[in-house]
Amino acid sequence: MAASILAVDDSASMRQMVSFTLKGAGYDVVEASDGVEALNIAKTRAVNLVITDVNMPNMDGISLIKELRALPGYRFTPLLMLTTESGVDKKQQGKAAGATGWIVKPFNPDQLLKTVSKVIS
Amino acid sequence: MSIDMAQFHQVFFEESFEGLDVMENGLLNMDPGEIDPEEINSIFRAAHSIKGGSGTFGFTNVSEFTHVMETLLDEMRDGRRPVTGEAVNVLLASVDVLREMLTAAQDGGEPDEERVKEQHAELTRVLANADAPDGPAADAGHAAVAGGEFTQVEPVGWKIVFRPHQHLLRTGNDPLRIIRELGELGELAVICDTSELPPLNDLEPEDSYLSWELHLNEPVAKEEIDEIFEWIEDDCDFAVIPLLPEGYESATPTTATAEQAAVVADEAPPAPALKVLDPPPERRVSEDRRKEDERRKPSPGGKSGAGGSSIRVDTGKIDSLINMVGELVITQSMLGMLGEEFSMDKLARLREGLGQLERHTRELQESVMQIRMLPISFTFSRFPRLVHDLSNKLGKKIELEMSGENTEVDKTVIEKIGDPLVHLVRNSVDHGIEMPHERVAAGKPETGTVRLSAEHRGGNIVIEITDDGKGLARDRILQKGIQRGLVREEENLSDKQIFELIFQPGFSTAEQVSDVSGRGVGMDVVRRNINELGGSIEIDSEQGRGSTITIRLPLTLAILDGQSICVGGEIYIVPLASIIESIQVRKDMLRRVAGKGETFKLRDEYLPIVRMNEVFGIEEPKATEIEDGIVVVVEAGGSKCGLFVDDLLGQQQVVIKSLEANFGRVEGISGATILGDGSVALIMDIPGVIRLSRSNAPVSHPEMSMTA
Repeated sequence: MAASILAVDDSASMRQMVSFTLKGAGYDVVEASDGVEALNIAKTRAVNLVITDVNMPNMDGISLIKELRALPGYRFTPLLMLTTESGVDKKQQGKAAGATGWIVKPFNPDQLLKTVSKVIS
Repeated sequence: MSIDMAQFHQVFFEESFEGLDVMENGLLNMDPGEIDPEEINSIFRAAHSIKGGSGTFGFTNVSEFTHVMETLLDEMRDGRRPVTGEAVNVLLASVDVLREMLTAAQDGGEPDEERVKEQHAELTRVLANADAPDGPAADAGHAAVAGGEFTQVEPVGWKIVFRPHQHLLRTGNDPLRIIRELGELGELAVICDTSELPPLNDLEPEDSYLSWELHLNEPVAKEEIDEIFEWIEDDCDFAVIPLLPEGYESATPTTATAEQAAVVADEAPPAPALKVLDPPPERRVSEDRRKEDERRKPSPGGKSGAGGSSIRVDTGKIDSLINMVGELVITQSMLGMLGEEFSMDKLARLREGLGQLERHTRELQESVMQIRMLPISFTFSRFPRLVHDLSNKLGKKIELEMSGENTEVDKTVIEKIGDPLVHLVRNSVDHGIEMPHERVAAGKPETGTVRLSAEHRGGNIVIEITDDGKGLARDRILQKGIQRGLVREEENLSDKQIFELIFQPGFSTAEQVSDVSGRGVGMDVVRRNINELGGSIEIDSEQGRGSTITIRLPLTLAILDGQSICVGGEIYIVPLASIIESIQVRKDMLRRVAGKGETFKLRDEYLPIVRMNEVFGIEEPKATEIEDGIVVVVEAGGSKCGLFVDDLLGQQQVVIKSLEANFGRVEGISGATILGDGSVALIMDIPGVIRLSRSNAPVSHPEMSMTA
């Protein structure tokens, strides 16, 4: 069964790019446009990896990560943040919330795939 | 795998332009006194998205420019920088430049480099002022900076000691992955230390107790190893020790535990100070005007793609359309069947079927019209910015109130009403609202109000522009009218009629033609544009109190409720909306008035009679005596008159066909329609007819009376 990934970003073009890239590599991808949507999806189905942007309306990425870690099924799931290069404190905050790691924006599809293949075996 | 990113570009551009609108509206609404944190956040997010997306999709110039805006906004939302009017204005101007850059990127062109550089400098200047750089130095980057000493000799490999903290697994990281990645760098020998492992009873399966010593026999760069540990440096202890060739002493290990890393980061040099540039010279007024005009490329209704105009439609509307077409098909086949074998006893069913046909067709017609209807907010949306910029430039304090933005109007109206409205709002701001000190002196509040509203009233859309300014200078307008020979001194004109004068071409009582308005080319064009939409415009004003401009537009542009009349052998359609009443006039009600010609008395007014046969050059009208025909009293633009015609034929809805597109522009005629019997009827343009009658010349146009 293909590994499934939850991609969360309020920017439709980013979601599309991430989704397209990952699907092309054989992953199953679910999209959400903010933390609230993502949390609802996560509660109804299990995914192998969550990739989330940080700045989103309704619930930002760091709060999402914190909420996900509190779900029993997501205590060890890799959760990755999409962050900009200057966001050092964001990385710290993310880690404090339980993030696994981060991908630096802007990134190209190959970097995305490489990172993803590392966390999902 | 190479992916063509271009397929995501269109979506990126669409969402970026939407983001720009969010930013602009947010910035316009920002009141430096009361900052709404959510508002700032949404402005920040919009900039952040544009920056991220443009970087990802390769529009680096956009990304760099947006980055500076984002930095400014970030400081504002964190409270590290106060929100000043100046900063807001700089950001607004930056939004304009960004819009230009994105448009250029979308069209494959180049933005104005000078302007970009200029604005970039402006942003940098604002950032440099009152810049409070606290918090960790930017670009601290990941922590594994080699704080220790490098050995002089190149290592042949590395010894890595890796001890995950107990909670590591709960970050979603997996030690095995780390080891696997290290293994990808080269030959790896692994020794596991299980000394920390507790007895099974005490074992917490979610905790990590193991640690490893790994020997990597590969002269890779230390950075490659550090990168693997990047995510987990706080969640483990690890040491990376160079392995030297045989015979060398190993130097002090370069460690990189969390605390060391923090120390290194603090010692990193602070971010380079931003260059403080001299503030740019004051912008010239005309420059701004040009920029403002360039800024808004008209975008019809929905989001148009690269070519052709398009519209976004609610799928619900489409669905109900499909349903109706379905009904129509059923009715049609039923009638078809009836027609196949018709006999008189089926007449009732035929009638019923035809009735259904009429109903379904009408419903379909209404629904299709609905599709082209868009909320007028598409046109209104430019006004907050316009009023803001204009009032700033003129040094006036003006508040814009808008209502009825949800009122739906036809797409063509949206496209064509914009320019006239801009002209009218500019007039209110420029000539209507007084300078703050003048207002206070007149006992008015310092801040003037301009109100823009739209609503459905009767069968029309009514748009009103109201201001509480100084109103129209009635006497000055009258003087000018007399000067120009438009009005005779003796004529006793009502205020409304006097105000109508400003719609004459070249009419302007503004003392100086300001850059903004007052060149006098405006109002007649405004009226013509509105007439072309089948509408009318009126002004009402009270000196010292303010003015109200009322624009009436028909709800549907292509269909008209009309009264058919005949003159001679010709049939004409008079728009029902212009008809006040139709009467039979007796000879004794007629009166000849100097300067007005034939008039008749209607209640307490004397209205001129317009003999349609004379205006349209019809040679043999049926009725020449006033009693033999009918007088249709019509009104347009504040003046009334009676159209003398042979007979009234009936009222019906007609489909307007453009005469201009198919033949040419004819004064007094606004379009044509095809009647039930296939013949062509011309639709009268009442204001045009009135003008024609005043000029006392019959319409001289070849082939005026047309035969289909």
